[in-house]
Order: sequence, then C-alpha cells, then structure tokens
Amino acid sequence: MIALFLRDLRQATRAGGGFGLGVAFFLIVVVLVPFGVGPESEILATIAPGILWVGALLSCLLSLDRLLALDYEDGSLDLLATAPIPLEAVVVIKALAHWVVTSVPLVIVAPMLGVLLNLPGGAYGWVVITLLVGTPALSIIGAFGAALTVGLKRGGLLLSLLVLPLYVPTLIFGAEAARRGADGLDGTTPLLMLAGITLASLALLPFAAAWVIRINLR
Amino acid sequence: MSLWEYANPKKFMQTSGWLLPIFAVSSAVMLTVGLVWGFFFTADDYRQGSTVKIIFLHVPAALMAINAWFMMLVTSLIWLIRRHHVSALAAKAAAPIGMVMTLIALVTGAVWGQPMWGTWWAWDPRLTSFLILFLFYLGYIAMWASVENPDTAADLTSVLCLVGSVFAVLSRYAVNFWNQGLHQGATFSVDRETNIHSSYYLPAYLCMAGFVALFIALVLLRTRTEIRKRRLQALLVRERLA
Repeated sequence: MIALFLRDLRQATRAGGGFGLGVAFFLIVVVLVPFGVGPESEILATIAPGILWVGALLSCLLSLDRLLALDYEDGSLDLLATAPIPLEAVVVIKALAHWVVTSVPLVIVAPMLGVLLNLPGGAYGWVVITLLVGTPALSIIGAFGAALTVGLKRGGLLLSLLVLPLYVPTLIFGAEAARRGADGLDGTTPLLMLAGITLASLALLPFAAAWVIRINLR
Repeated sequence: MSLWEYANPKKFMQTSGWLLPIFAVSSAVMLTVGLVWGFFFTADDYRQGSTVKIIFLHVPAALMAINAWFMMLVTSLIWLIRRHHVSALAAKAAAPIGMVMTLIALVTGAVWGQPMWGTWWAWDPRLTSFLILFLFYLGYIAMWASVENPDTAADLTSVLCLVGSVFAVLSRYAVNFWNQGLHQGATFSVDRETNIHSSYYLPAYLCMAGFVALFIALVLLRTRTEIRKRRLQALLVRERLA
C-alpha cells in the first residue's frame, strides 16, 4: 500500500503529471474574481473566504479525471483489482495521493491568495483549518465520481456534473466556518460538521467507489 | 402470487397494459376536476388574492419531485439486490418525470414568489434544496445517457442513486443550517390539524391524487417503452446473427 502511495506520488510529480496545475488554476481563479466583481476592498473582504473555498473546490475537480483514468487505460487498474490488497484500500490510497498532490499545495497557498483578496486578519487560520479538514472529503467524493466515469471515453464533463452536487454539503459547511471566522464569530459548529462529513465520506465512499470500479472493469 | 411475478417483463406488460388506461383516465378526471375547482370555485385569499391558487400545481409537483427520487431509490435497490431488469428500467423511466416535476415546482414557486416575496428567487433552504435535487436528476439522467452497455448503466446509476440520496438528504439539512428560510412551513399534515380551510384542501388533495396517478401512468408508459426498446434491440441482434 505504501508502495502504491509512493508510485502515485511519483507519477503525479513527474513531468507531464500535472503537478502544480491545480495551484496555478487556483491562482488564476482568485485573480479573475476582482476583475469580475470590481476592486473595492470591502466587497472582496466579505466574499474572500467563499472565493477561496470555491476556487479550491474547482482546482480539486480539475485533476479528478486523472485519478483513475490513466490506470484504467494502461491496465494497471485491472492488476490493482486482482492484487492481494482490497480494492477499497486502493481507492483510499489513490484519494490520499490525490489529496497530497492537489489539495495540500492549495492549503499552503490559500493564505497568500487571501492577501490578494483582502481577507480579514482573523480569517487566515479559519480558511487554512477548514480547507485542511474539508479537502480530504473533496478527494474521496471525487474518487467516487472518477470511479463512476472511468469506463467512459469522454467522462470529464459528466464527472463534473456528477461530482459538483455531491460537493454541496462540504462546501456549505467549509465556507460557512471560514465566513464565521472572518466575521469574528465562532465557527466551531460548522467545522465539526465539516469534519463529520469528511470522516463519514472516508469511511463509506471507498466501498461505493470500489463497487463501481468492479462494475466498470467487468 | 407474489410481487416478484411482475419482474417478468411479459407479466409486467400484461398487467401494466390494463393498469395504464385506468391511471391515465383517473388522473385526467382528478386533475381536471381538482384544477377547475381550485382555480375557479375557491375564494381568493384575503391577502394573497388569487395568486395563492398556484398551490394546486406547486404542492403536488413538489410532492412528486421528492417521491419520484424515492421511487428511483427503491427500484435501484431492487435492481442491485434481485437483478430484475424491469426495476432498473422503471428507475430510468421515472428520472425525467421527476426532473420535470422539480422544474414545475421551481417555476410555479418563482411565479408565485415574484408578487408575494417581491423576488423570483431567494436562497431559501427549500428552494435551494430543490435546485440541488434538480442537479441530482440531471447527473443521474446524464449517467444513463452516457453508458452504452445497459446492465453496466443500470448498475452505475443505481449506485449513483444510493450515494446521491445520502448526499441529497445531507444537502437538505446543510442548507437549513446555511440560511434562514423565507418559505412557509408545512401546511398540509397527516397527523396534525391543518392550517387551511376545507374549501382549499379538498381540491388540493384531489390535485395531489391526480399528480400521483399521472406520475404512475407516465412511469408505466415509459417503462413499457423501455421494455419494447430492449426487445427491439434483441430482435435486431438476433437478425444480424441469423
């Protein structure tokens, strides 16, 4: 399992693996927002936590179609399905690798992009914590979506259509906690709900994803 | 005699063949009577005027929008557990109907909300969760449309329906947490005294029953179409092999 994890990390960080693409996309989304809504710093400050969350979510979505598709094409997914480790564990490891490669850099650059959006001082900690807690849920839900569409030739658009509604609860609680933090309120309740969604997704969705992969490999 | 006999397509076609006209006619009668009664023979509300009468479309459509998804959940489970093809086809048949019901509920709500709330749309929990339900229907239908092998498509959409149901309920409570509501609470209730005069709830119940019958008739019709499509494909394959 550790070998699989390291393999996924290596493949993603190698040239052509798309590493850093998510961060660049995140940067561009955040830069585009002031062009769209105008440069007034008060408006930007109020919407900054939400923009950072939506931007992180979209960057996460961007790399989902690579999560399983490459392994499906070259046949290594068949080998993984017949490997001695359970397919559920493979899904968790792949989601974890996706999280490390895509979301951790997002969490790291989020405070810097917060400066661009005039994020209130008290909100930096909240944005980082909510992203850290919430992005694993995005990766594992995304892994389920990638598993659903892995057999399709052009699954990218369908993948977004399937995954985005599933992201709604995560986004609501994550952005709500960050927004409350930005307003100087206590964001503990939504943060705990967010943690609950992440843990429940991690516990249950690997089974659904593995089930769907087995259907697609049939 | 058991319910599972209807998993046999032949038996299903026979029974649905004579059930379909019954449901279609009763739905037409109930909806005509209910809507005419509701629109023309009830008093105007003293504050809302005649706009309130849109509930005779809005409430039944919203009711069926949720129950259609629930029906898809049940038939998906039956497909996953007992592998009855009719069940999977019924789920496929119900999805577009449920989506249209969701759309009717959203549009009639907007038409009513414009004069009453002064806005076409508000990010109210109920409105928002209906919009999310609409997106779920969209994804489900798109999934059916994009997988070629019918059994694989049935399996994938069934799992999607199960996972989607959990997330749809989760979204419902998440949006409750996220924003306070503008929409009124439940007016009709089975176990409590209703907040509405009998001159209103009698035609409203009639419309709801009419929508239920309409939904059943449409699902039967579309399922029959799907079965015939399946048979046609089988015939074509057989012809090519011969």
